[in-house]
Order: sequence, then C-alpha cells, then structure tokens
Amino acid sequence: MKAVEVRELVKDYGSFRAIKGISFDVKAGEIFGLIGPNGAGKTTVLRTIATLLQITSGSITVFGYELPKEAGAVRKIISYLPEEAGAYRNLTGKEYLNFIAKFFGEGEKSQNMVRRGLEIANLGERINDKVDTYSKGMTRRLLVGRALMIDPRLAILDEPTSGLDVINAQEVRRIINSSVEAGATVLLSSHNMLEVEFLCHRIALMDDGRIVASGTAAELKEEYDARNIEEAFVKAIK
Amino acid sequence: MIGNIVKKEFKELFTISTLLPIVFVALVFGFVGQMIGSVGESMQEKPVIGVVDMDGGDFSDTAMSVLIERAEVIYNGSDAEEGLRKVREDNGVALLVIPENFSQKIYANQPGEIEIYWIMRGAGMMDSISSGVVEWLIQAANQEISRKLIQQDSSVDPALVLNPTTRIETTFFKGKEIQGLSPSVLGGMLGSQSTVIPVVVMMLIILAGVSVISSMGLEKENKTLETLLTLPVRRSHIVIGKIVGSALVGMIMAIIYMLGFSRYMSSFQISDVNLADFGLALGMQDYLLVGISLFVALLAGLSLCIVLGTFAKNYRSAQALIFPITALAMISAFIIMFKDFDTIPVVLRVFLFAIPFSHPMMAMRALMLDNYSLVIGGIAYAAVFTAAMIAVAVRIFNSDRLLTGSVRKRAALGKLVWGFRR
Ligand SMILES: Nc1ncnc2c1ncn2[C@@H]1O[C@H](COP(=O)(O)OP(=O)(O)OP(=O)(O)O)[C@@H](O)[C@H]1O
Ligand SMILES: [Mg+2]
Repeated sequence: MKAVEVRELVKDYGSFRAIKGISFDVKAGEIFGLIGPNGAGKTTVLRTIATLLQITSGSITVFGYELPKEAGAVRKIISYLPEEAGAYRNLTGKEYLNFIAKFFGEGEKSQNMVRRGLEIANLGERINDKVDTYSKGMTRRLLVGRALMIDPRLAILDEPTSGLDVINAQEVRRIINSSVEAGATVLLSSHNMLEVEFLCHRIALMDDGRIVASGTAAELKEEYDARNIEEAFVKAIK
Repeated sequence: MIGNIVKKEFKELFTISTLLPIVFVALVFGFVGQMIGSVGESMQEKPVIGVVDMDGGDFSDTAMSVLIERAEVIYNGSDAEEGLRKVREDNGVALLVIPENFSQKIYANQPGEIEIYWIMRGAGMMDSISSGVVEWLIQAANQEISRKLIQQDSSVDPALVLNPTTRIETTFFKGKEIQGLSPSVLGGMLGSQSTVIPVVVMMLIILAGVSVISSMGLEKENKTLETLLTLPVRRSHIVIGKIVGSALVGMIMAIIYMLGFSRYMSSFQISDVNLADFGLALGMQDYLLVGISLFVALLAGLSLCIVLGTFAKNYRSAQALIFPITALAMISAFIIMFKDFDTIPVVLRVFLFAIPFSHPMMAMRALMLDNYSLVIGGIAYAAVFTAAMIAVAVRIFNSDRLLTGSVRKRAALGKLVWGFRR
C-alpha cells in the first residue's frame, strides 16, 4: 500500500502559485526526502499533506484516506513536525508530552507514549523545567520526541535536525531509522545533503514549485553524473 | 545618537495599533459627553404634566398658577383617570391632583395634601431628570403658598410655613404601581444595579476577551498552532476549549475585581429601603436567569474574540485586537448606566440589543420589573450569536488564513523573491 499519493498538486497563496503541479508517491515503510533551495515549496507540500493547507487543485491521499474529505482520519495516523515550532512555554517538557499524548490514547497507552517521548527527547532532569528555559536545540529534541512518541503511521518531518549539534542530529537520525524499522513511514525535508543521502531511501528534488528529479541517491548521482547528492543538486537546479 | 534612538522608538510605538485604543476611548467619552450635554437641555425644557384641581380654593389657585406658568400642562380638568391617561399618552411626567379640602386644611393649620401620580419610564441616571424638575416646581408652589400665608397672617404657625403641603406619591413604572416612592428615590434604589452590574459585566467581558485573544496570539508567537492543528481533535473542540478556558480565567479575575468594586460602591449606598416591600425583589428563578444571561453573553463575547484573535500575529498585536470588544462593552455599559432600554431612541435600542453582552447588564433591572421577554430574548439572541461566531471561527480554523495570515502581502513577497532568483 502507498503511504502517500500526490497527484498534480497545485497550491496558490493568493495569486502566487507556490506549487505548480507535482506528483509523487511515498511507499509504506520508507524514508522519503524532499530537497531543494529556499522557497522551492518543500514546506508548502508537507503542510498540505499534514492537513494544514487547502489544496488548490490536484489530489492527495494518505494511506488511502483522501484529503480534504477525510482529514480527520488522516490526523489520527500522522505526526507533523513543523520546521519552526515551539511548545507551550508555561508547561514543563514532561507536561507538554503528557498534553499531546492524551490526544492519542488514555491511561497505559498514553503513559507508554510519554515514556517513549522522554527517551527520545533525552533531556534528563531538565524535562521537569519549563519549556521557556530550554535552548533551541533542547526544544527541537522535545518536539522530535513529541512527533515520534505516538507511533505515527506517517511522520512528516520538516527539517528534523535543523538547529541540532552534530551529536544530537546523529541521534535523531538514529531514532528516525528505528521508527521506520518499527513500521513507520517518514516523509522529511532537509538542507543537509549528507543526511538525505544516508537516511532517505528515495529523494525528490524540488525547485520553484516543481519536482525536477527523483529517485534513490544512487540513481540521482548517476543521472547527473555527480560524485555526491550535493553536486547532483547543484547541477539539477542550474 | 539620542535622536536616532528617539526616532526608532517613536516609529515602533506610534502605530495604528497603539493609536486605535486611544481613539476608541476618546470616541466613547465624546459620545457620553454628548448624552450628558442633552441633560442640560432637558433641564431647561418645561416638564409635561397634567393637573386636577378639585379644591378651587385660595391656596390651590396659588399652586395652580405656579404650575401652569412653569410647566407645560396638557390636562387641566377634574377627572383624575382621564388626566392620567392623557399624561401617559403624551409622554408626560406626572399628574398632580389637589384634593377637595386642600385650602381648608391649610387654613386649619395642617399641611395640604398633593397627590402625585408619576409616570416613570426608565431607571437610568438620566431618566429621572424631568421628574426632578417637577419636584422642583412643587417646591416653588410651596414657597408661593408660604408667602401667601405670611401675608395673610403674620402669626401663622412656623411649622406650617416651612411645610405647607405634603405629598402622597404613586409611581407607575412599567406596569407596576409603587406606592410612596418618587422616581428619583426609586432610581436611587435601583442605582447600584445601574452602575455596578454594567461595570462588572464590562470588566468580565474585557478580561476574558483579552485572555482568549492573547491565547491566539501566543499560539502564533510560540509557534504551537501548527502542531495543534494537526492533532486528532476537532476544530470546534479547539475553539470551544479556548472559549471555556478563557471564560474560567475571566470569571476568576472578574470576581476579584468585583470584590473590590462592590466595596467601593457600597460606600456611596445610602438608601436602606427594602426592595421587597415594593414588589421589586428578585426570586431564585430571576437570579438563575441573570446567571444564564451572564454566562451566555460571556460565551458570545469570547466567540467574537476568537474570530478577532485569528487576526493576531503575535502577543502584541493580540492586545490591540481586543479594542473593538472594549469599545462595545464600554458603550453598552455607559448607555445602560444613563438610560433605560425603553427610553433610548429606537436606533440605539437596536444597536444595544445587537451587542450580546449588553443583555446581562440590563437583565437584573428588567427582571425587577418583570420584563421577562427582554431577558429571555437576550439570552436566545446571545446563544444564536455564539453559535454563529463559533461556526465562523471553525471555518477560519479550517482555512489557510490562520497559518498564512494576510496572503496578499506574503504572496507579493514570494513573487519578489521568486523574481529575484530568476
Ligand atoms: N503564507 C504564505 N503566503 C504567501 N506566500 C508564501 C507563504 N508561505 C510560503 N510562501 C511562498 O511559497 C514559496 C514556497 O515556500 P516554502 O516555505 O514552501 O519553501 P521551502 O522550500 O520550505 O523553503 P525553505 O527551504 O526556506 O524552508 C515561497 O516563494 C514563499 O515565499
Ligand atoms: Mg521550508
């Protein structure tokens, strides 16, 4: 079964056409990466799939549920990590995880989620401090924990490792991988070419609201006769 | 150097959103000022009254001539029933009846009785002005009578000279017949209802409104909204959750405020007349209605605030968005303090009714006078208003606007960036 099916998607902001008709599939159980220069439309695509933005034309289905008709059903099985996000500042990290977990289950089930979230966030004692006092990277870890603790069937992660140091970024990548091993599907965007190359099973290269190339890292390198994805990227958007 | 900083500060602070509040408040005060200005006019106007002279003696002639000279007398006959009807019809203030033995009594060294039938139309501060003028006229008639007494017999009893007449008063107020109270006394008794309640309701709406609009602003400022909107929870539940949460916060703040304010107001309270003696006390059922009215109005105000809150970009802009609410709450509180719903012009009445939070401000006074239709109508209206606003809010929550803000500006920016890159 396909996790995500996007067909001829067009998205306008007012009179500005940000997405100009793109189609792609994400297979269940894979990590799919969107890359592209600033303003290419990655966030717009992810937000649209995450039920946040209305579709101008075209269609999107998530595990067979059609948007926007079945947005309610889609929200039950996805988890979205916005590129720039925060948590409620008057809550502690732990309270925040509790707050989110309650939307997905009760009692034992939600407790297990919180436990997993605490593990992923890995903030030690600081988890009991108010979010207000966290550094940028700490908040990001909390939010990654929040996004992955609920065992989503599809995790939509917009630049999951942005703002994290090398060690923490690597740790987050490991967690994403283990989520997928446990059965999740991941759709992410990134500016880190190394990350994309080693993490993603397949990649789509976006530019100016269009997908200009897609395939596995190996396929892309071959197509553009490049030594690495960074080179392929630069050649593709020239 | 300093000049540079001053310039930057000025630019930051001198914006539409900081000016708007002041302009609104200025407008509200201007509006109230205009209403008070017209008080002066109605003080100078001759009051409209009816008179019935059953006595026809020396002293009643004296009194009559004073009244006829200084008031606009629309009925001067011998039938009190007929006179009262005429006064009612012609928007008069009172019917003054001088009974048969008036002059005789005064000659017998007793104060003469004047029966006054007041037609009271409202209990706002400005509604008892014309009755005040009539009271002052009676004072003038008394003086004339005293002068005549002294002229006729300089050894007259000083007690009689000081008080040559007594009044027997009946006030007709919205279907109620209240014995022994004049409109100004009655107005004073209802006074705490006309000031404390509107002010407390106003504060409640503003405080709760600020918290719901701020919560929208904070969701955006802290970037939590995007996450919230992808959680498996209905948009309507998010909206209602925010409203109820803020209602609770607002209630707590309003209670604290009310404790202070009612102590402050009680220091002005002088009358210790028991409202129950005049059939004006409220029963359990009435208090329940007031409570419901307040609750529904609060929900209506907050649902309007949620819709306004969707325009908030951050905490600061949220603070400015509360001002339409503040202005509406202030205007309705002021109107209700000064005038009764029944005594304001129709246009203003429609306007006041349309503001959902004006209803609890009026509810208590309306219930004292058994005006159930206004209160229940207000509750129904506020409930419908709330439902409509929640529907609008849910629609906005389902659209892009909450996240993308004013699309046009951003789109233009997008185009610019796009053009630049090509
Ligand atoms: N709310 C909005 N209103 C108008 N235009 C917008 C809005 N959000 C994004 N855009 C425009 O849509 C285009 C795509 O933006 P998007 O955020 O999807 O890019 P992106 O690929 O995620 O970029 P980045 O790598 O910088 O995050 C850009 O030109 C942007 O200016
Ligand atoms: Mg982006």
